[in-house]
Amino acid sequence: MAQVTPKSDYQGRIHNLQKDMIGRYYARLTAAAEGKGDKAIYMLISGNPVELIAAFDMIPVYPEVNALQLAVKKQSLPLILAAEEMGYSTDNCAYVKADVGMYFAGRKTPFATIPEPDLILCNYVGCNVYLQWFEHLAEYSKAPIYNLDVPFFRTPGPEPLEEDLSYVVKQLEELIEVLERLSGKSLDYKKLQRIMQLSGETGELWSDIKKLTRERPAPFDAYFDSVMMMAPLYCLRGTEDGLRFFQEAYKEMKQRADNHEGPLPQEKFRVVMEGPPPWPFLRQFRDMFSRWGAVAIASTYSTVGGIWEFGFRHDPQHPLESIARHMLQWNVTNRNFIQRYKQIKDYVEDWGADALVIHSVKSCRLFSAGQGDMRDYFTKQLNVPTLLIESDLEDPRYFSEAQLRNRVDAFFESLEHQRTLVKK
Amino acid sequence: MIYGGGVDVGSTQTKAIILSEDRKIVARSLINTGANVSMAAERSFREAAASAGITPESVAYVVGTGYGRYKVNFGNAQITEISCHARGANLLFPKTRTVIDMGGQDAKGIRVGEDGDVKDFVMNDKCAAGTGRFLSNAAETVGLGLDQIGPISLGAKKPVRLSTVCAVFVESDIMSYLAEGKTVPDILGGVHNAIAARTVALVRRVGIDPEITFTGGVSLNIGMVKALEQKLGLPVNVCADSHYIGAIGAAIFALERALGGASAGSDKPNQVPAGAPKSSLPIIGAQ
Repeated sequence: MAQVTPKSDYQGRIHNLQKDMIGRYYARLTAAAEGKGDKAIYMLISGNPVELIAAFDMIPVYPEVNALQLAVKKQSLPLILAAEEMGYSTDNCAYVKADVGMYFAGRKTPFATIPEPDLILCNYVGCNVYLQWFEHLAEYSKAPIYNLDVPFFRTPGPEPLEEDLSYVVKQLEELIEVLERLSGKSLDYKKLQRIMQLSGETGELWSDIKKLTRERPAPFDAYFDSVMMMAPLYCLRGTEDGLRFFQEAYKEMKQRADNHEGPLPQEKFRVVMEGPPPWPFLRQFRDMFSRWGAVAIASTYSTVGGIWEFGFRHDPQHPLESIARHMLQWNVTNRNFIQRYKQIKDYVEDWGADALVIHSVKSCRLFSAGQGDMRDYFTKQLNVPTLLIESDLEDPRYFSEAQLRNRVDAFFESLEHQRTLVKK
Repeated sequence: MIYGGGVDVGSTQTKAIILSEDRKIVARSLINTGANVSMAAERSFREAAASAGITPESVAYVVGTGYGRYKVNFGNAQITEISCHARGANLLFPKTRTVIDMGGQDAKGIRVGEDGDVKDFVMNDKCAAGTGRFLSNAAETVGLGLDQIGPISLGAKKPVRLSTVCAVFVESDIMSYLAEGKTVPDILGGVHNAIAARTVALVRRVGIDPEITFTGGVSLNIGMVKALEQKLGLPVNVCADSHYIGAIGAAIFALERALGGASAGSDKPNQVPAGAPKSSLPIIGAQ
């Protein structure tokens, strides 16, 4: 029996735990910025070797995470405008513009002072904008840059090419040498294995958490709540704190599942969400779906940093090989359309969804290219009702509430109507 | 007699329709929306009721639609114009399977089922190029009224090609064609063809199946009707009430709920409407 949840968005114990832990992570960044901390390694989210960074006691700095935090706090626009004045195009990825704007504004944010990079590690996974973004940062900061070239997952699957994996492993070995020179220490292999163990267990828990949304009602929203759980996954993966967060998160979500509690008073529609959220308008966007009792039971954006729900684990017995697999094979951004379609199809079928919602973002070519075809495929070939809407992930100028609401309302009106027909 | 009311508050115009329980249109009203949306909704509805010789309160149920639907303070429910256009087209042309709607700023393609339910839809995004705004800018640039440009465009011998799809930039395109000595019919022919091409490309994304019904204010433009038919290679349904179709659909939903029908669906449990639904209208002049 579904119980009434007093709040319309999920804010339990782990919300505070996350604030605490990420707060400590940001304090490390500020300490590094003030010259009192560890070496700062700039990295990208989409499949990265954070385990190696942690093995050298260095701190991962994620410009993508910093950019989205700025958007959530509604501070991204002035920075974007500053970058556009420098010459960045209106069509450029707004994450880049917010980050560059922030860099030249002194790197002070409400949550941390972001340190200058000691090393810019461009893990080129899927998004080719990454290459130019980090090249620009290297030019601005004069920091050394290492390009980790990860080939696209260019077979239809299930396995990538062996030579592509070897190519990545070879670069990871090179990267270790770079990190050894930077730190003045050799790699502690046992420490790396312990970190890999922590990552492996963390991945296991995250996978278990994600599978809980197969329940009816789903105990949390796998889009709006999942994206809020992602920060520990990137910033704290491979650490004791990170593992502890996911242990607590699993306990809490499992309890909600056992009590048949969902994030809304009534779960009326179960949807898969594709695409990043409009960070500057997270609450308004969520409300557009909550008013229809629509809950996300899976999302693709929550897998940009890694896909764990289909069996992948970091393996302490084969650290470099499994890191290479994670980067090449097990994250959504490095995958081709056939694989992306299959991932969504698996969510629809195995988790049980009524519809697919594609939130296309104006400034992200990687995610948005081909979404028209995605919609066609799911509606015409698989008969999955699909809504395609557009705004932006970082730039508030592209969010038109009236237009979006119109489309969302029309879509759920028609889904609701289909249900009454079926009842008759 | 049970009446159902539909008020379609668009970006440019507000339309109100009252249906009797046998689904006959007993009243229509059309006014400019202007800046005060709730007042436009109210005024339009009152005028419709007055023209039918009934009091507004005697309308059992009112559905608001269009962008301003949450500003229809006296409405009992809000339903998007996508759903309403589909139902309205189905009433006037029961064999409708595709709706092409062109309004002041909106262009839509809707695939419609036998009952008038929405199977799929597509809308223009962030760009008014295929809409009434494009036409009104063009009309102004050639110094003609909106009601004149359609018939005149039919006289085009060699319609010009427009190189832009921007509703604002079309003005400079037209001015340079005038300077080159192109005729007004040829220019207007080009304008109508450009919009038709753009609209058909949009609607193809949901698939085009006969019968096709053309709705919205722009459907009263004979030049647009012909340009669409030429581009589609198929006839389109239009009628004098074409731009009331959203309000008609809303009134059908209203009637169904007033008569206790289930197919319209129930009011949404999680909904927070902009104004609390009231069962009677505020007194005239109490703004």
